[in-house]
Amino acid sequence: MANNKNRQQRSIAPILLLLALLVLGLILAFMMNGMDVALLNPKGLVANEQSKLLVISTLIILGFGLPVIFTLYYFAWKYREGNQKSAFAPNTQNSKLFLAFAWGGPLATVILLATLMIPATHDLAPQKSIQSTEKQLTIQVVALSWKWLFIYPEQNVASVNFAQIPVDTPVRFELTADEAPMSAFWIPHLGGMLYAMTGHINPLNLVAQTAGDYPGSSAELNGDGFAGMKFTARASSREDFDAWVATTKQSDVSLNNAEYKKLLEPSHDNKAAFYTNLNPDLYGDIISKYNGGHKHSDEHEGHGSY
Amino acid sequence: MKEFFIGKLTLDALPHEMHTIGGSASIVLMLISIIAFVTYKKRWTWLWKDWLTTVDPKKIGIMYFIAGGIMLIRGGIDAIMIWSQQALAGSGNGYLNAQHFQEIFTAHGNIMVFFVAMALIFGFVNYIVPLQIGARDLASPFMNTLGFWLYVAGAVMINMFFVLGGEYAATGWLAVAPLSGKEFSPGVGMDYWIWSLQISGIGTTLGGINFIMTILRMRAKGMSLMKMPPFTWGSLCSMVMVVSVFPLLTMTIFLLFFDRYLGTHFFTTDGGGNPMMYTNLIWMWGHPEVYIIMLPSFGIFTEVVSTFSRKPVAFYKSNIIAMIGISTISLLVWLHHFYTMGADAKVNSAFGVATMFISIPTSALVISWIATMYKGRISFKTPMLWLMGFIAIFGLGGISGVLLAIPPVDFQLHNSLFLVAHFHSNAIGGVLFGIFAGLAYWFPKIAGFRLNERIGRYAVWSWIIGFFVAFTPLYILGLMGATRRLDTYEASTGWQPFYIVAFVGGLIIMLGVALQLVQIIASIMQRKRLVDRTGDPWDARTLEWSMTSPPPAYNFATIPEATERDPFWKMKQDGLQKLLYEDIHMPKNTASGIYISLFAFLVGFGFVWEIVWLVVLSMIGIVAVFIAKGFNEDSEYTIPASEVAALEAVSAREMRDTKKYAPENEEDMGLIEFVKTAPRWLFGLMRNK
Repeated sequence: MANNKNRQQRSIAPILLLLALLVLGLILAFMMNGMDVALLNPKGLVANEQSKLLVISTLIILGFGLPVIFTLYYFAWKYREGNQKSAFAPNTQNSKLFLAFAWGGPLATVILLATLMIPATHDLAPQKSIQSTEKQLTIQVVALSWKWLFIYPEQNVASVNFAQIPVDTPVRFELTADEAPMSAFWIPHLGGMLYAMTGHINPLNLVAQTAGDYPGSSAELNGDGFAGMKFTARASSREDFDAWVATTKQSDVSLNNAEYKKLLEPSHDNKAAFYTNLNPDLYGDIISKYNGGHKHSDEHEGHGSY
Repeated sequence: MKEFFIGKLTLDALPHEMHTIGGSASIVLMLISIIAFVTYKKRWTWLWKDWLTTVDPKKIGIMYFIAGGIMLIRGGIDAIMIWSQQALAGSGNGYLNAQHFQEIFTAHGNIMVFFVAMALIFGFVNYIVPLQIGARDLASPFMNTLGFWLYVAGAVMINMFFVLGGEYAATGWLAVAPLSGKEFSPGVGMDYWIWSLQISGIGTTLGGINFIMTILRMRAKGMSLMKMPPFTWGSLCSMVMVVSVFPLLTMTIFLLFFDRYLGTHFFTTDGGGNPMMYTNLIWMWGHPEVYIIMLPSFGIFTEVVSTFSRKPVAFYKSNIIAMIGISTISLLVWLHHFYTMGADAKVNSAFGVATMFISIPTSALVISWIATMYKGRISFKTPMLWLMGFIAIFGLGGISGVLLAIPPVDFQLHNSLFLVAHFHSNAIGGVLFGIFAGLAYWFPKIAGFRLNERIGRYAVWSWIIGFFVAFTPLYILGLMGATRRLDTYEASTGWQPFYIVAFVGGLIIMLGVALQLVQIIASIMQRKRLVDRTGDPWDARTLEWSMTSPPPAYNFATIPEATERDPFWKMKQDGLQKLLYEDIHMPKNTASGIYISLFAFLVGFGFVWEIVWLVVLSMIGIVAVFIAKGFNEDSEYTIPASEVAALEAVSAREMRDTKKYAPENEEDMGLIEFVKTAPRWLFGLMRNK
């Protein structure tokens, strides 16, 4: 009697569980309606490739993983104690073919993934310059406690927590940090992140393809002001970019050593700020400060150190 | 002068904030109530002689379970605080400031990995491995108690900041440099981190050495390596990894300590230091650590599948080779934790391929479970239900893990909530569910009665549903570009509803934990009905089921011979052998482990507060206890054969008698009955002293 009751509960519970998960899925799908899922909604060349790789790899892994997981649940259901119709053969010899599949299946999947992954890793390496007819724009990025300083050496302007870039123009962000722990520079819509570290120039090449304002942040925990270390990356037309440079040049704050000292002071939730008349040696000094006076640190260009 | 005596300690160190006052108060209250209870029951001698100074791995295992269980609740409270802060922070700033929030998630990570997962794993290894291999004790019983008490010292140290200092490390669980250096983290919180991990880490290394020796040298006659039960194999792999990588952790923390105390420049930004080296070293330990806590779980699941399908493990050799493969490859993949530091594409893709290779033995392991189920007769007791939940959640964790192994994809997912959801899939689905399955499976062996199945099932369902409700939103948030460890975020991101759903999931998980506690209490209330009469409640296959539950101090009256892979199954098929008893030599209790750990704690405490005399005296104390211990040659006692025979006869009679009074037609109590009967039971317990 008691056993029957238990068995009944057992058969209902998994169905209830599946229903609960279905409801959860529906709720989350409803909540996602209209939301901007940055990683599946790329606005730049690199992010686009990364997004494609994410989706294709997921499908490949599911192609192997789902049947395996399904088989396990199917067997669990089929060979359940209550099912008297199923065979019971405790001394059955399992076939060698199945064993070959146990190792060969995942091996084949991994080889397939690796053939996609290795070329993509080289193509999408952050150090690699992006080929384009447009001239590359260099932006020197300094992670400070807790704000991002963007220096445009060719334009002779600088900004805090705001970066404007022209669309379809390859941008080379040269990341470093000053008097701040390791930080990670991340604009999800445009492409993957890279660490900003004192004494190093870590180049990150990105290109925006659609105009718009994209949120950026520090993805690596770096102290008290971590959550507020956000910036906006504005991708605009070349004309708008030039206009922005011209306006910024009229800023009355010049980024000399005294002004930079102020920026070095730790501060939280900084608003965007704009500077002109840069000290041309500023970025070099920031690097050399940690390298015993050598202006050019080991750049992370295609060598094996990390 | 004052500085000489109390170092940096001042009155400011005393608790003066809400959470430290609350924390200290609960610690003090807990201590007072334990002391009062033990005094009232006049159990001090019993506690000291039977438990605290014991060298019996079974009792040490139980103490690991209790300590790990308490720390699980401690870490769970942290988790709920993290969830609720993030659920609130989308509108307004929540109720925690950045520093406090960062301390909480740091402590959460440290506690869950070092003081929950490691403790529960060591609990099983202590209790079950000797029983499975037919051993009466360990290679070095003293080293085992020392390892346990060093773990306790570390667990106390991580909670000390409530009482003195008021701050914990705010650096994330691995305390990456240079954030953990003196420049960016000048406070004592970081030092508590250093000494808590350092002391417990040394205890872990000792445990690792001890269990490798035990498993390799003390197996029953006939049990060759390829006849060892899968859980023992998983433990052996895990312990070999402990010995391979924990010294690395110890050295890395020492270097960080030198940077902070002596002003060296290993990991500093200036003076030629290299913070990237810290990231390298800590992950060379950190990645294998993940598998150290996971491999014993894999072993547990293998045994659970085999027992409850009533079949021997299919593809046993493949299964074992898979575990060895996982542990070997996992030593070679650490760099995937920092593809984003700027390494060359060649380096990144090499480590990417290595990482993906881990999925091959892991899949082979899953397929061996499938083959074990094939043509079996599967009985869905709670251990099997935990396995069912494990497969779905671990599958999710595995799939997201392979994605994260692909460098260009990882550049987008690293440090996002996707990553957080990924490793919680593995840590909860893989590690914790394995531990819970093991607990339900071996509880009758440990306690002498099995756990309540009905409430156990409710707990399983709560955990599974809670997991998905809590972590699916985090996967989605990660894809939306939400980074981990945010104490605040702007309302305009639209993330808040997802964080709220995650918080609700957290509450459901808490419900699961509460149900587990209810399950244990209800089982104790109904223990006569749930009694394990034969020592073999599941009709299982390995040696730990061959003696009464709970096992006698000497485990085996006669050491069995293992001629087959499932030796106990063979014995049951062949019928019982005639037993010949012999004198049994057992190790004596020792308090040296407690004393050494106490001094080790004081060394750490002295360093945290820079009290030099305390450090020096405590170090001398450690050496002195070791020397004294070395001179003590009276470390064994003998149980004569006649006494063994008498004890065995008593337990055989008890086994027969329980059959008489254990009611047959009662059911495992449900929740309603529990609520109705628990108060009366509790009242009775108080009255009967």
